[in-house]
Amino acid sequence: MTTIALPRNGFLARLTFWKVVFWALMAAGLYATFVRFYYGLGAVSNLSDAFPWGIWIGFDVLCGVGLAAGGFTLVAVVHIFNIERYKPILRPAVLTAFLGYLLVIFALMFDLGRPDRIWHPLIMWNPHSVMFEVGWCVTLYTTVLFLEFSPAVFEKLHWKAPLKAFRMISVPLMIAGVILSTLHQSSLGSLFLLVPHKLDKLWYTPYQPVFFYVSAIGVGLAMTIFESWHSSKAFKRQLEAPLLASLASVLAVVQTTYFAMRLMDLQNRHAWGLLTENRPETALFLLELALIALPLPFLFQKRVQSNPRLLYWAALCVIFGFITNRLNVSVTGIERASGVTYIPKWTEIAVTLAILALGFALFRLAARHLPVFEEPEDTEEPKAYSQNRIGLKVA
Amino acid sequence: MAYAILFDSTKCVGCKSCESACAEKWNNPYDDKIAAEEKLSAHKLTTIQTKGEKYVRRMCMHCLEPACVSACPVGALQKTPQGPVVYDADKCMGCRYCMTACAFGAPTYEWQARAPKVAKCNMCIERQTAGKPTACTEACPNEATMCGDRDAMIALARKRMAENPTGYNPKIYGMDEVGGTSVLMISDVPLESLGMPANLPTEALPGLTWRALETIPSVVSVGSVLLSGIYWFTHRRAEVAKAERSSL
Repeated sequence: MTTIALPRNGFLARLTFWKVVFWALMAAGLYATFVRFYYGLGAVSNLSDAFPWGIWIGFDVLCGVGLAAGGFTLVAVVHIFNIERYKPILRPAVLTAFLGYLLVIFALMFDLGRPDRIWHPLIMWNPHSVMFEVGWCVTLYTTVLFLEFSPAVFEKLHWKAPLKAFRMISVPLMIAGVILSTLHQSSLGSLFLLVPHKLDKLWYTPYQPVFFYVSAIGVGLAMTIFESWHSSKAFKRQLEAPLLASLASVLAVVQTTYFAMRLMDLQNRHAWGLLTENRPETALFLLELALIALPLPFLFQKRVQSNPRLLYWAALCVIFGFITNRLNVSVTGIERASGVTYIPKWTEIAVTLAILALGFALFRLAARHLPVFEEPEDTEEPKAYSQNRIGLKVA
Repeated sequence: MAYAILFDSTKCVGCKSCESACAEKWNNPYDDKIAAEEKLSAHKLTTIQTKGEKYVRRMCMHCLEPACVSACPVGALQKTPQGPVVYDADKCMGCRYCMTACAFGAPTYEWQARAPKVAKCNMCIERQTAGKPTACTEACPNEATMCGDRDAMIALARKRMAENPTGYNPKIYGMDEVGGTSVLMISDVPLESLGMPANLPTEALPGLTWRALETIPSVVSVGSVLLSGIYWFTHRRAEVAKAERSSL
């Protein structure tokens, strides 16, 4: 684990610091895991009959799936829209998505009362259940992501035959991946259509599935910027600055659309009056809108797009806006109607943080040992040509 | 014949005989401490809640179109043709979407168990199919809880109201709430003022998610045609450009 070059002062110290943090989180997570599986959900969490879903659903699942949306977005951009220049950031995005989904399933094992029965929806059908659909889509899409990432492993092992086989199924596979993502990213929003009596009026809208979908695309792009920045630091690589700049203008368009849709929804539901009510919910709702709106003027500026640090902060803003939204819809927006106050127990937070840390560690491990940041072997297009295409300006 | 329960708050004296009969049927513990909990839980599938001088009974309302049944990804919850909403613990994986979905807070969970189950009233379906009243009805000393055919229960409610017009609020709770329930409630005041959920839509809840789910076939078919089309178009364009370049 110490094979990286350490040219800068303090890097070693920082590395050790993060290692300490990592193992501390792992230890806390392990203890919480013991409590969860030995003493049960009641002992490990502050969940109750009145408040059956907490941060494991609100953050680990809802945010986890959304933050992994960069995978399907970039697959669509690079392979279906054939915008080849984004290829260098495709594989890291697919890896993030694959690990993201694995960790979401891992987190579900904590939240489900009977994790040993996680496979039940595959054979016990209820097509009227949104949860059933989400279960199927997540299972199928995780398989798609596994296959989409598998060429990196084949390349590492120099296995030509499976690579060839993959290329044969890759197109329908990628199309299936985009459709499966469209379905379950939006369905996570549909889950909350069932609770008009519980979800606060600020957030209850028939357009929830559409909002979940559009915001997932936005946060997927933001996560790609976020992760490029961090991996360029961690692996001492050149940042794909021009690529990220054009990604930023796509992100700006997506987020503007999302913001406009949210405002139109308030207009449609005649809900502007809710914003004048003096309640904590109003503040949280406004915070969410502010985090969407704040980076917009920056994302549109060339000056910001070409400044990695500013771009990074804008992406972070998008990510926090997204997380605020998912937690509002699934946790804080439900609290008033439930009649109880839910504050996650420390062991719930410990599990969540440990899973997050595990995600970072696994990404690091995969990026170090597999050809994630290298050009894939099968680039057929001549360089000059793909350069030419930049002139067409994607966004 | 669709079984139903009628609860008449004006006749309830708060003796909680229904609670103890229910506990006995489910082999749940019951003592003074549990009686005082006044809250549904995995060991208490019905409860009498004291509201000043009045009493209200809480239990699964056995909706005509239950949100929990539509929510359950594995079909562990089913609305039986006879009326009761029943639960199959062997299917349940514990996602607790039913609990989130329920407008009445009826499904509860065994939070302390290592292999937990959902717990809820099944309207004594096994007793009713054997021709017996529900355990709670049998235990009620004052005809505050009655059971029988839903139409008969509505007729009974109307009869009591007609016989004593000043003694009742004219609305039957459960007639229309979330599309109607198999447990009906009457009182001298609106049931909402006794803590029953207020402002529930009269539309059945499952329709709300079904409207989203029924678009899936179109998303899949239109989506795959569209994406294949875009794929074909962008790659064809690239091929043509390549051919033009090489012919120069």
